[in-house]
Amino acid sequence: MSSRKPASSPLAELPEPFRKYDVGNFFDEMLQADGQVRPHYRHFLEHFAKVSPEEFEAKRSAVDLAFLRQGVTFNVYGDSQGTERIFPFDLVPRIIPAKEWEHLEAGLVQRITALNLFLHDIYHEQNIIKDGTIPAHYVMSAKHFRREFMNVQVPRDIYIHICGTDIIRDDKGQYLVLEDNARCPSGVSYVLENRRALKRTFPEIFEAGGVRPVENYAQELLKVLQHTAPTGVAEPTVALLTPGPYNSAYFEHTYLARQMGIEIVEGRDLVVRDQHVFMRTTKGLKPVHVIYRRIDDDFLDPTVFRRDSALGVPGLVNAYRAGKVSLANSIGTGVADDKVMYYFVPRIIKYYLDQDPILPNVQTYLASEDADLKYMVENLDKLVVKAANEAGGYGMLMGPHATKAERDDFRKRILADPRNYIGQPMISLSRHPTFCGDEGFAGRHIDLRPFILYGEKTSIIPGGLTRVALRKGSLVVNSSQGGGSKETWVLYGNE
Amino acid sequence: MLSRVANSLYWMSRYIERAENTARLVDVNLQLLLDFRSLDDEALKAHWMPIVQSSGDDELFHSQYPKATGKTVTDFLVFSPNNYNSIYSSIGQARENARMVRDQIAVELWEEINRIYLYLNSPRAKKDWRDSPSDFFHTVRNTSLLLQGLTDATIVRNEGWFFIQAGRYLERADKTSRILDVRHASLPARGAPGAASQTDALGWSAVLRSCSAWDAYKALHGAEVQPALVAEFLLLSDDFPRSVRFSVRHLNTALRRISGVHEGRFCNNAEKLAGRLLAELQFSTADDLFEVGLHSYIDVLQGKLNAIGEALFQAYIFQPFQTPDENELRQQEEQQQQAGTSVASLP
Repeated sequence: MSSRKPASSPLAELPEPFRKYDVGNFFDEMLQADGQVRPHYRHFLEHFAKVSPEEFEAKRSAVDLAFLRQGVTFNVYGDSQGTERIFPFDLVPRIIPAKEWEHLEAGLVQRITALNLFLHDIYHEQNIIKDGTIPAHYVMSAKHFRREFMNVQVPRDIYIHICGTDIIRDDKGQYLVLEDNARCPSGVSYVLENRRALKRTFPEIFEAGGVRPVENYAQELLKVLQHTAPTGVAEPTVALLTPGPYNSAYFEHTYLARQMGIEIVEGRDLVVRDQHVFMRTTKGLKPVHVIYRRIDDDFLDPTVFRRDSALGVPGLVNAYRAGKVSLANSIGTGVADDKVMYYFVPRIIKYYLDQDPILPNVQTYLASEDADLKYMVENLDKLVVKAANEAGGYGMLMGPHATKAERDDFRKRILADPRNYIGQPMISLSRHPTFCGDEGFAGRHIDLRPFILYGEKTSIIPGGLTRVALRKGSLVVNSSQGGGSKETWVLYGNE
Repeated sequence: MLSRVANSLYWMSRYIERAENTARLVDVNLQLLLDFRSLDDEALKAHWMPIVQSSGDDELFHSQYPKATGKTVTDFLVFSPNNYNSIYSSIGQARENARMVRDQIAVELWEEINRIYLYLNSPRAKKDWRDSPSDFFHTVRNTSLLLQGLTDATIVRNEGWFFIQAGRYLERADKTSRILDVRHASLPARGAPGAASQTDALGWSAVLRSCSAWDAYKALHGAEVQPALVAEFLLLSDDFPRSVRFSVRHLNTALRRISGVHEGRFCNNAEKLAGRLLAELQFSTADDLFEVGLHSYIDVLQGKLNAIGEALFQAYIFQPFQTPDENELRQQEEQQQQAGTSVASLP
């Protein structure tokens, strides 16, 4: 190497398809600003260089076809045909070295621990409110705060068993928490399926890659579920409660149930008798002890929450209160998802653990605080505004990209209902080389959703779902809005 | 096993069997037409209507098509989404049921069902059907056989397997009897039919082919097709795997394996009715069939098969609570994503 004439740019050293790659003004996961390859990508690139463009294209379409055939799909709503689509999968993996992962892991464990303590507190003594650390009205007005659920003893005091926290990197490469999904986070099946697909596609890269495995997620999940079984039940029967085949995550529900070897049930399969939950089988009623529920609180029990729920089980909440059945996640965890509560998480960590947050939040303005409100309405062109309880990229304003009319509209909405809005500066998400058709390999914005399991111990599968905004310039990585996914590799080492 | 799961496995299997039988029936009759010299509207109608009637859908057919021709009938039986019993609908239903129990069946099985479903929904299927109907039907039939093979080779022999068996054999007994009934117009109302005319002989051999029974029949009775022997063979043969007697025997066994109750006893109506029908078939001869007339016999037989299906549902599946309106259910299932359940919740 040293005998060679110094290249005009380090890009010349890269495999051919990357030589025109433009890092732009962004933090690029693979390349440093000067075009040098980050150490933890070197091994991958060396092997990847041996794949010709034709071969790459062939492998890519083979993977798409396999996903379609296997039905690794999500349902598209509002489409009477019940269209199923594959979640576009980009073959260039996102790679995280051990040191960065340890940092992420520590931050996520800290966060979920604090959130579980917080939930226990607000559904019992409410010390954090009495102490004035969080104003009472924020908690009480949270859309997913469940008054019905005050003073209920939940098994092992665990509220959030499964959490999918969304993480981004800013233009300096700093990891920031964007939001917590503490209700029914989904996407883990894609983590597992993507890994299988990439292993089939590039077996040779994995052989010496030092990539940590993700396969044992289902086992760990089952352990967490069994751990929370009602007291006195030696061999609990665990079931997964799905809304049904029309739900967008139905593939994931069946996938996880099969991997865990448990029954997948719908509300109509369950019945409550004398505060015990049973499933209807061909041999009569069989008891169920732990339910991994993938339906929302609102629909869980028509006698307590929404009366018109067709998905729920009458009497389920009563059985839960009586300690005869366990639910994961527990009821009322949605408070922790509230984007206003997100603002308080650093304080929550400090309050319960007396530690500073390892993973910072994105700077956030609360419209219901007077000073913040003033700043927000005057600076909408600099901010991303989000409704507190919307998901899927809905109820959102991307200030810098919005028209004046859109901003004016949002200003009115914010002033009318400040509790429901937060503002954040536009974060310049990090980018990752991604195959973009005619454009070849180009930088596209990404985020990361690791999956955290909180049971007897806290475990996080090394990896997670990396979502990528496939549209040029787009910051929106949602599957419903043109996003795709990538494999996430966590390495044993740092290069 | 969850009642809902048992129900889905049972119907998955029935619909696959139904698609296969329909494919064979349409294919054979399309080919049969090639042997006729010239056909006017009336002759075409006489040829095709019994086939439509055999699935009991003639009213539906007339509401959608003005005339019974090869084109309209095959369109109705193959691709029509409005015909609940078309191959297209059957495969769609089989796939929907399989999707509900994906966690219970082997990946290979699911992928194969999904593959034929995607194929039937693709423009290629219609093109293949136009270019070479025979190849098209071959694909459908072979897929069904492949699915049966995959099921045999991959499903644990537990309760679910016996529900699959029950669905398959109940459907098969029903379809064989219906295919046999297609030619009833050429038979006397009572008494054994005599030798068939040349045209009729072609029709009766088509019946045999529609049940993949031609070779088996020939080996037993030689190449001369006699309606009485065909009827006896398809209804009463003890060892031909598509005969009604054979199918009912396997249905009966499957039902008893589900409950664990021995032959000669019963613990629910499905077992009682299946056991009784099997005994009738075992203690019947061709003379008994023709004494009441073939068409009447088949009519009664189909009533009994329906009753077994109904009793099976009552015994294992029926759930005494209201099932919500399908649309409402669907809306609520979809709504769940609003709460961040989908992969889609970043901004």
